[in-house]
Amino acid sequence: MSTATSTAGRRISRSVTLLALMLFAIVPLLSMFTSALGAPGSTPQGLSWPTHPHWHNFVDAWTAANLLALFRSSVLIVLGVVPATVAMATVAGYALAQLEVPGGKAIYILLLAGLTLPFEAIITPLYYDIQSMGLLGSRLAIILPLIGLLMPFGVFWMRAHFLNAETALTEAAQIDGANTWQTFRRIHLPLAAPAWSALSVLFFLATWNQYLLPLVLVNDPTKRTVAGGLGAFQGQYGTNIVLLSAGSLLIIAPALLIFLILQRNFVKALLQGAIK
Amino acid sequence: MAAPRITPPVTRPQAARGRRVHRARARRWSALLWVAPAFLVYAVFVLYPILQSVQYSFYNWDGIGPATPAGLSNWKAIFTQPELLHSVEHAFVLIIFYTVLPVGLGLVAATLIRELKPGPFNTTARVVLFIPQVLPLVAAGIAWSWMYSSGGLVNQVLRAVGLGSHARAWLGDFSFALPAVGVIGIWVMLGFCTVLMLAGIGNIDPSLYEAARIDGAGRFREFLAVTFPGLRQELVVCTTFTTIAALASFDVIQISTQGGPGYQTMVPGVEIYRLTFLQQHVGQASALAVFLAALVLLVIWPIQQLGRPR
Repeated sequence: MSTATSTAGRRISRSVTLLALMLFAIVPLLSMFTSALGAPGSTPQGLSWPTHPHWHNFVDAWTAANLLALFRSSVLIVLGVVPATVAMATVAGYALAQLEVPGGKAIYILLLAGLTLPFEAIITPLYYDIQSMGLLGSRLAIILPLIGLLMPFGVFWMRAHFLNAETALTEAAQIDGANTWQTFRRIHLPLAAPAWSALSVLFFLATWNQYLLPLVLVNDPTKRTVAGGLGAFQGQYGTNIVLLSAGSLLIIAPALLIFLILQRNFVKALLQGAIK
Repeated sequence: MAAPRITPPVTRPQAARGRRVHRARARRWSALLWVAPAFLVYAVFVLYPILQSVQYSFYNWDGIGPATPAGLSNWKAIFTQPELLHSVEHAFVLIIFYTVLPVGLGLVAATLIRELKPGPFNTTARVVLFIPQVLPLVAAGIAWSWMYSSGGLVNQVLRAVGLGSHARAWLGDFSFALPAVGVIGIWVMLGFCTVLMLAGIGNIDPSLYEAARIDGAGRFREFLAVTFPGLRQELVVCTTFTTIAALASFDVIQISTQGGPGYQTMVPGVEIYRLTFLQQHVGQASALAVFLAALVLLVIWPIQQLGRPR
């Protein structure tokens, strides 16, 4: 009897605690949502459903934030960063794990040094370097440094994966007369698909959400990433809370939708990375 | 590792053997080509700027005119100028919010979710808790700036429960701005820590829990004896990741307070940005930048040592 009530009590306290944490996670977004529906130009209450929801605010915010241009720009930047970085990291990771690279250890240690490097630590010289390359204000100003900054993690990740690759397969391929590149291309690359596709998901998020590089290196919001564009939007409409909320929700919507659809893969990708 | 096998039978003629060794050496050098693209981009856009930062840190430079040697003055300033020193202190305060609390709450949440039966509530809890991690930090900053504003939800709740006299613009308040910014860090990090711990708990041998129960261990003892040691690796990863995020924080603070009011929420990342791009003190910014990079390594190193398999 007493154990029955205590398990029931335990179950209730467990659910209440979890619900409280979930509420904490979701409430800021709900508050933004109800504010986005307020009368244009008004200052709505923190969390209250408006009597006349103004759905048109989302259309206004779409135009004000120039969202089409912003998404297009982010997609271009992602296309510039992710495939190139994943490809280079995969090839380098394979070589460092499976081939005898002269000075490979030194190269790997130098790369590791970049693993914990805060982006702010090099943003100052990067600005002057990009300026002297004549790239300031272009998407390449974001793409090129980002490839470099993401590279340590990519190589670290792929090397860790290829350390466990089957050497028996390599030997079998070599007996069949395949050279090193063919062995990699036909056998190890397809086998590593889970590793490099998870890496692509992580790099997509890191690029899409990148804020510091666009803030410093690109003035035109329509040539920035989503996060950089959102920052500019806040700078411009920071006091217009209705429009700002509507615009912010629209800007974060695609990544949020992709996450909700692919959440299993997303979480798996992040976890894989964390354990390595 | 899988070096090309070159162990020809002894009977093989000398000439063929020489050719093989030669080919192997060529293959070795060609292995450099595999690493070259990755390393070159990294060297140009990361390694070289690091060296430049070190160099700039010994000069006074406004970014345009000629630079003048500054000796160690930029470095001394980090330890003597209150505003720089405070920015570093604030970074350490943020570790409480970005690391200690999310790891603690994440453990609690993960333990609770583990006890749930698989089902819609279980899945919803995981997804909802994880959402903040997917959003750009800029969005977190915007959403919480609104939460903390005078008309925002935090004050609305306070008024509703009769504590309206405590309502204030939280991010503009000299004593509350830093903890308020810290709470945004909890919000962002909690989901990551929870999901990571959940995966870790899933890998713990269930027979250990059974054994604990047979020994009559209570919930708390069970947690201390089984869950906590079983999660060592996950705890190390979570602590490392969130500590770097705390020490190198930029996005959230740049969006929500820009370091204000006064210097109450100034952190090294924002200070580097302001010194370079608003005040044109490139040398000072670079000294702080190198200091920050070294500080992160110094703090992360001991945490990583704990993660080494015994």
